[in-house]
Amino acid sequence: MTAIPLNHALILSAMLFTVGLVGLLVRRNIFFMLMSIEIMLNAAGLAFIVAGTRWGQPDGQVMFLFILALAAAEVSIGLALILRLYQQFKTMDVDAAHELQG
Amino acid sequence: MVWLFYLAAAVALFCTVMVITRLNAVHALLYMVMALLSLALIFFLLGAPFIAALEVIVYAGAIMVLFVFVIMMLNIGPQSVDQERRWFNLSTWRGLVFIAGILLIELIIALRLGFPEPLDVTEVTPHQVSLSLFGPYLLGVELASMLLLAGLVGAYHLGRREQERPKK
Repeated sequence: MTAIPLNHALILSAMLFTVGLVGLLVRRNIFFMLMSIEIMLNAAGLAFIVAGTRWGQPDGQVMFLFILALAAAEVSIGLALILRLYQQFKTMDVDAAHELQG
Repeated sequence: MVWLFYLAAAVALFCTVMVITRLNAVHALLYMVMALLSLALIFFLLGAPFIAALEVIVYAGAIMVLFVFVIMMLNIGPQSVDQERRWFNLSTWRGLVFIAGILLIELIIALRLGFPEPLDVTEVTPHQVSLSLFGPYLLGVELASMLLLAGLVGAYHLGRREQERPKK
């Protein structure tokens, strides 16, 4: 079939991960931070798929399924936390929650 | 068919960069959906059709819809875009992009040294994935179900309204 260079696929994964990392570090809106985490999880999943294709084994796809389940659980908790943050402070700024007032 | 991979990769990278630079959350979400769809195409080209379908259904479908629901519930107006514009200054971006660029260059150099051979894509069928999932990885599947249950309970607990809490 097709002959995609292995290192190009891995470099794409590294680029997506770095973009997600920059987004996580730079944005102050917690909503964008959560989306950046999703980008990084996807990039890691891409690396797993590439590795699974390289050796023709299903293990890489199984790992992607686990990442998918992890992302679903993480997003549900994260979005619930965003809702609570917005109810409490009326802002999406993560710095608003720097004091733990209980 | 290799050019399809590069085209999809370019679209994915462009959309991902747009996600982290948009001021409006809904625009960022739409770009995120596009990035996920192009990633699904990449997965398909890499011989993982099952994962490509799941990427469209679960990621671009379910998880992004959750994000849209939360935006609708928060009902944030145009003042949030103004606030984002105030936070969006070059001095914050410059240093962090520089540091992350160094990291990316290191990664690229390491990856270019490591795997020179082209990838001969052989499709890993859903049949193989399912056999592996319910054979050696059965414990992992059970743990994932426990994790999802914990996520469900946690989201329910955190999502309750304030006045329903018992008074101390």
